[in-house]
Amino acid sequence: MKPLVEAASLTKRFGDFTAVDAIGFSVASGEVFGFLGPNGAGKSSTMRMIGAVSPVTSGRLRVFGLDPAKDGRRIRSRLGVVPQDDSLDMELSVEENLYIYGRYYDIPRREIRARIEELIDFAQLGERRTSRVDPLSGGMKRRLTIARGLINRPDLLLLDEPTTGLDPQARHVLWDRLYRLKQDGVTQIITTHYMDEAEQLCDRLVIMDRGRIVAEGSPRGLIETHSTREVLEVRFPVGELEPAGPTLHKTADRVELLADRALLYTSDADSALGEIHRLGLRPESALVRRSTLEDVFLKLTGRTLVD
Amino acid sequence: MQVPGALRVVEANAIAYRRVWKGSAFSSFVTPALFLVAMGLGLGSLVDRGTGAPGFEDLSYVSFLAPGLLVASAMQTGAAEGSFQVIAGMKWTRNYHSVVASPVGTRGLVEGHFIWTGLRVLTVSVIFGAVAAALGAISPVAALAMAPIGILIGLATVAPMTAFTANRENTEAVTAVFRFGITPMYLFSGTFFPITQLPDWLQSVATVTPLWHAVEMARRVALGYDSALPAWQHVGYLVLVFVVGAALAYRLFSRRLNV
Repeated sequence: MKPLVEAASLTKRFGDFTAVDAIGFSVASGEVFGFLGPNGAGKSSTMRMIGAVSPVTSGRLRVFGLDPAKDGRRIRSRLGVVPQDDSLDMELSVEENLYIYGRYYDIPRREIRARIEELIDFAQLGERRTSRVDPLSGGMKRRLTIARGLINRPDLLLLDEPTTGLDPQARHVLWDRLYRLKQDGVTQIITTHYMDEAEQLCDRLVIMDRGRIVAEGSPRGLIETHSTREVLEVRFPVGELEPAGPTLHKTADRVELLADRALLYTSDADSALGEIHRLGLRPESALVRRSTLEDVFLKLTGRTLVD
Repeated sequence: MQVPGALRVVEANAIAYRRVWKGSAFSSFVTPALFLVAMGLGLGSLVDRGTGAPGFEDLSYVSFLAPGLLVASAMQTGAAEGSFQVIAGMKWTRNYHSVVASPVGTRGLVEGHFIWTGLRVLTVSVIFGAVAAALGAISPVAALAMAPIGILIGLATVAPMTAFTANRENTEAVTAVFRFGITPMYLFSGTFFPITQLPDWLQSVATVTPLWHAVEMARRVALGYDSALPAWQHVGYLVLVFVVGAALAYRLFSRRLNV
């Protein structure tokens, strides 16, 4: 089957600044595909090009097999877009926001009414359907924005930082909604700078840094290839971390010294911790955890995702 | 034209307008109507005892004022639609960004914006015309005949105003345009008195304002007076201002929204 999105040497420049630097990827139907990277990595620029909103500077991009430069309108009519800022009309009601957006897609009025029922149900906004958007919580607004993006039954849903700024509980509700969509077979492209989000949601992802793709794979696959099974995080009192560095290096496959703590990459964190104590170091605290995409990012770029 | 995209934008604006129509109706119709009563009938009772401006000796002041006030109100509505609405769409609700991501696109957005403004201005003109006719200032036929002039000046205002606002980040510069552009035009483009009363240099300034051309046309259509220039020149000027402004607005919208 032909991929829904295909990019080769895709580039976006703003004057002298190269936001997206000759990247290539493809997204298959039914897949949840992620762009993971820090702010300014070029994720949103890529999304806007896929969304046929921002012109491609150079390279090749096909969405549904169409060229955004020529068939922008046709592409946009088959996409659902969930922008980072909700861009809802705060003065209008939940229903009115959905209705207006449905009209933009040229959906007949009666059909929109029917879809609004489904979508309000999906977004769990039943009690708020006639209330103004303004006083709704951040999580509710975001769910409404996702519902709005689904009004045209899109073949591909673009979600730009879907849970940024939401509290943990609202994030989980949202993830649950997105997971449902995935089970219904809705293809999704998600940008995020949260590694847990990428791990939760994406079948496959690329890690972006400074406009380039630095790695590609499934969350598990990326962790297996670029990190160890376990990570030991140790904290030391102020001033003791740096002198401890050389010793720490003897206890693990790889050690990253951050500002406030050290990350030890090892297949067996517990024995590494025993080794640390045996060598006479006394960390203030120690945490054993599994490797995450954050560790992969740190290894590939030497920097943390969220600073 | 991007029909139906543009019409969808009009529909969306109409739905949003339902929420604000009371406040908007006040500034669009009630205030101009109060002006017409106070200035036309009140102040007019004094004016009519004078000699009258050259060329308008046997015309009552309220009849003189009504056509000018109608197009001046249309201009104000156009200016508001081209300024605060645009900043809201770009910055406050960011609603323009979601329109551009839909099949409507930037083209449909801009066209819909102008069609919507045309409709708004049409309503303002018709309602104000009805009030003026009810007060006996002009005939009902004259009131209706001025509606197209109202639309023209509305469009000739909203288009350059939209272009001006397209890449503003706040209302500062927009407020300045109202203070130093729209309000002086309102007062000195022949609405309240013929521009022949102005000093020469101000007369030449007045003749390049779109409003003056609209006022001349409105008086011609409503009262049967000769306009300063042939009708086609007044109309042509307004059309030109609209077309240039609209083309510029479209370019600036693309530059901001399609990056």
